[in-house]
Amino acid sequence: MSNQVKEQAKTEDEDRGFKRGTPNTVLHIDDVHKSFAGLHALSDVDLDVREGETHAIIGPNGAGKSTLLNVCVGRLKPDRGAVVFDGNVLTGKSPHQINQLGVARVFQTPEVFPELTVLENVMVPALSKRDGHFRLNPFSSFSGEKALRDEAKHVLESVGLQAQFDDLASSQSRGDKRRLELAMGLIQHPRLLLLDEPTAGMARHDTNATIDLLKKIKEGGMTKVIIEHDMHVVFSLADRISVLAGGRIIAQGTPEEIKNNPRVKEAYLGEEQV
Amino acid sequence: MDALFLQVLNGLDKGGAYALIALGLTLVFGTLGVVNFAHGALFMFGAFCAVSLERIFSTSYVTISETEKDFLGNPLKVDVPYIQEWFGSGTANFLQDYSVPLSILLAIVVMGFVGVVMERGLIKHFYKRPHADQILVTFGLAIVLAEIVRHYYGANPIPQQAPEIVAGAANVGNWFGLGDNVVYPWWRLVYFVFSLIVIGAVFAFLQFTTFGMVVRAGMQDRETVGLLGINIEKRFTIVFALAAIVAGVAGAMYTPIYPPDYNLGMEFLVLSFVVVVVGGMGSLGGAVLAGFLLGILQSFASMNEVKSILPALDQVIIYLVAVIILLTLPRGLLGRQGVMED
Amino acid sequence: MTSSWKDWALLIGFSAVILCLPILLEPIGANYPDLLQKIAIFGLFAIGFNILFGLTGYLSFGHAAFIGIGSYMAMWSYKLLTMNVLPAIIFSTAIAGLLAFAIGYVSLRRSGIYFSILTLAFAQMMYNLAYSVLTPLTNGETGLQTRAIRSDPNQSLLDGDIRVIDQAFGVEEIGVPTTNFFGMAMSGYTGFYFCAVILILGFFIAQRITHSNFGMMLKAIKSNQNRLNYTGINTRPYLITAFVISGMYAGLAGGLMTATDPIAGAERMQWTASGEVVLMTILGGVGTLVGPVLGAGLIKYAEQKVSSWNEGIIADFFSFLPDGLRDFMAEISSLFVGEGWHMTLGLMFMIIVIFLPGGLMEGFRRLSVLFRRPKNRETMKSATIPSTKPGESIAPRAAE
Repeated sequence: MSNQVKEQAKTEDEDRGFKRGTPNTVLHIDDVHKSFAGLHALSDVDLDVREGETHAIIGPNGAGKSTLLNVCVGRLKPDRGAVVFDGNVLTGKSPHQINQLGVARVFQTPEVFPELTVLENVMVPALSKRDGHFRLNPFSSFSGEKALRDEAKHVLESVGLQAQFDDLASSQSRGDKRRLELAMGLIQHPRLLLLDEPTAGMARHDTNATIDLLKKIKEGGMTKVIIEHDMHVVFSLADRISVLAGGRIIAQGTPEEIKNNPRVKEAYLGEEQV
Repeated sequence: MDALFLQVLNGLDKGGAYALIALGLTLVFGTLGVVNFAHGALFMFGAFCAVSLERIFSTSYVTISETEKDFLGNPLKVDVPYIQEWFGSGTANFLQDYSVPLSILLAIVVMGFVGVVMERGLIKHFYKRPHADQILVTFGLAIVLAEIVRHYYGANPIPQQAPEIVAGAANVGNWFGLGDNVVYPWWRLVYFVFSLIVIGAVFAFLQFTTFGMVVRAGMQDRETVGLLGINIEKRFTIVFALAAIVAGVAGAMYTPIYPPDYNLGMEFLVLSFVVVVVGGMGSLGGAVLAGFLLGILQSFASMNEVKSILPALDQVIIYLVAVIILLTLPRGLLGRQGVMED
Repeated sequence: MTSSWKDWALLIGFSAVILCLPILLEPIGANYPDLLQKIAIFGLFAIGFNILFGLTGYLSFGHAAFIGIGSYMAMWSYKLLTMNVLPAIIFSTAIAGLLAFAIGYVSLRRSGIYFSILTLAFAQMMYNLAYSVLTPLTNGETGLQTRAIRSDPNQSLLDGDIRVIDQAFGVEEIGVPTTNFFGMAMSGYTGFYFCAVILILGFFIAQRITHSNFGMMLKAIKSNQNRLNYTGINTRPYLITAFVISGMYAGLAGGLMTATDPIAGAERMQWTASGEVVLMTILGGVGTLVGPVLGAGLIKYAEQKVSSWNEGIIADFFSFLPDGLRDFMAEISSLFVGEGWHMTLGLMFMIIVIFLPGGLMEGFRRLSVLFRRPKNRETMKSATIPSTKPGESIAPRAAE
């Protein structure tokens, strides 16, 4: 992004009277409201995600977690408020623009390219990272992209899909599709990775492998926002946790603080065990 | 003023035909989720029901007249329709005169049958297939149906007569105190009223019967209705047959206005698809509204005054409107959210 | 990579087959130039159509418009500039590309059936306009034809040509001028070979596109356009480019039609013509490289053959049967031949969509799997089982 754009975003922020987060804030969600047919899915949501941290968003079903994620990636437009990523206002941008800024999303229900092979599924986001949102290259050779292919294979190996590079994505099991999803996000080396329940539908063994993998990425310094139901995953990974209930952030803090927060216990009562 | 009024009238009969075809098309789409490119062919089939009935009524044998002689003094050969032989000449003349309106009855039976066969034999296998496949297979079917008609009835348009009593034109202008300039063929008025009645009947059927309620619920949310344990398959068949009957009677009654040929279905299909899209895919009210609207717009565009400013506007107006509507109101005039969207 | 020599092998094989068509088709009596030209031209049209429909999944019902504009453009090149076909087909391709950009820019705002209807609406508009206000450019129902050089400057351009380039070079014209490629008359086998070379070129380009990064993006659009957006790809310019490329192929095909037979009529733009190219593509195999050409060839061949059969030929064919049965069979068959060719076409359409959605190429693939299976059973098992849980279906790899 050019400095000019950053400057512009900054002035836009100031025009809206944003409170800027701490200096190392990467993602800043500012007073976001979203309602569907009168139902408040999100109200007054303020959230700061710091550089390099793993920030978990937890909350009972219907708390608005997925809505928040959708607002971040441009799938939904908030009624009010804005999302700022690294000085760029994301609100109003289209999904591909947001991705090109360095925000990648891993979907809850696997959204892969079913008719492409596993390897191709990972190479498409890699190409997007390298060539931008559009590149007219009808005479390039896809099979000649050796460096990207090797990188894609490497990422696939790291998620444990080394045995099925050339199988169709549609033929993969649900768990393998989830891992493929993860690989598609990782290959872009995003500055911010949004993970929507990355281990849902995985067996315990696979879940642990995924946790290990995500821990390893954390050492690389990638900032992550993770939505998760599985508290084992949350407490293994998260540096900080925000609790969403009824469309509002009711608590925020370190895993220790959240564990002992009475309001969180109340919100979860009858829902799930903390 | 007179001219404008006349153009509105001119658009009504055509609009009625568009609305009736589009109604069936959108009904099938909304409930069965099938894009039926053969729907125009059903309209054409209906038109040929009228042609067939007229042919049946005039099927005759040759006999030698006992009383009449030709100009050479030889006994005159005359054609005697069988129905005259069976029912007497009074009834026969009546039947022949009223062959078009009577063909509605034939069309209901034939089209109901065609509809059931089509749905059971072909359409039901395409519920789960992509829309592109549905378009392609019904497009093929439309060609086949058109060719069958061409094989048996030839390629030329076959004019049909409206009953004697509604021949000629009505002085509509007089009714509204607009002077004598606004005259309008009676049959077209009949067609307009007829289309309103059929539309009303379909809406009443969907509104006031349990069956209709299920169908409407199905149009709202197909999956849920399927989960309710209602035998949705059987209802699909009936809905499809209903749509076929509506298209069929619309076609049969249209024959005195526009002589049908085998290609009639294709001509109307493209237009009625545009009508459906303009009205909003899956919206019954939208289909009717858009049908009349486009019919009237088309007749306005064919006014000489308009043509002198924008030549050939009448040729493209419908498509132009479709393009504008689709780009500005992606769901059409009355379309609901979520139909045919990803 | 091994795939690149495979590509070359396919290209060479394809070229060899196309160039040898006059010999290969002799046994079935299809080696006359008129039919061969049509096969090559429609093959090119179908290849281009497949770049849009096969790769992106966007079903256009308006591609005949590009054929039409290509034909008219080429005709005007003959009438105004020169009878040389080279400028003519360049104009057809370029102008069709421009038109495709305009139509694609608007139509591609919507997807699915709405896209199909929009393209159909544009094509119908052009068709209707060609018959009405644009008559001075299209000559309406008569069609646009080449004429002798006009003697009277007041004569309409529809009735007398000017051909400034030919006149400047002092090309002599005797009677009705014929199209040529730098002096080579575009009739007969010369015309076919000219079309064949362009077809091979078109095939080569389509092959490169299919195997490029760009082609991969188009396939990803077909597979899951929504996901692609979240991957950082702006799908619209990709779609517009694909639409323009396929429109240019169609324009080129339209230009070639006039190169071999210099007349252009609006009926080429009718939506049934758009339907025909869809059929060619799905008959051969959507998304495959060779399929569309195969489909085009089969349909053009069948059209020529079936529509030329009459009742006499059928009666001969069934002459071994007893009288009653023969008459019955002849009656049934007469539905499908001669004038009834369209019936055959419609039925073919249905049968292919119902039973073989992947087209003939998919059929061949299935057959080859059938024959190969006994040998490879062990290796196939070991290759697929580790990654797949029981109950998960193993979808067949799409042909190509």
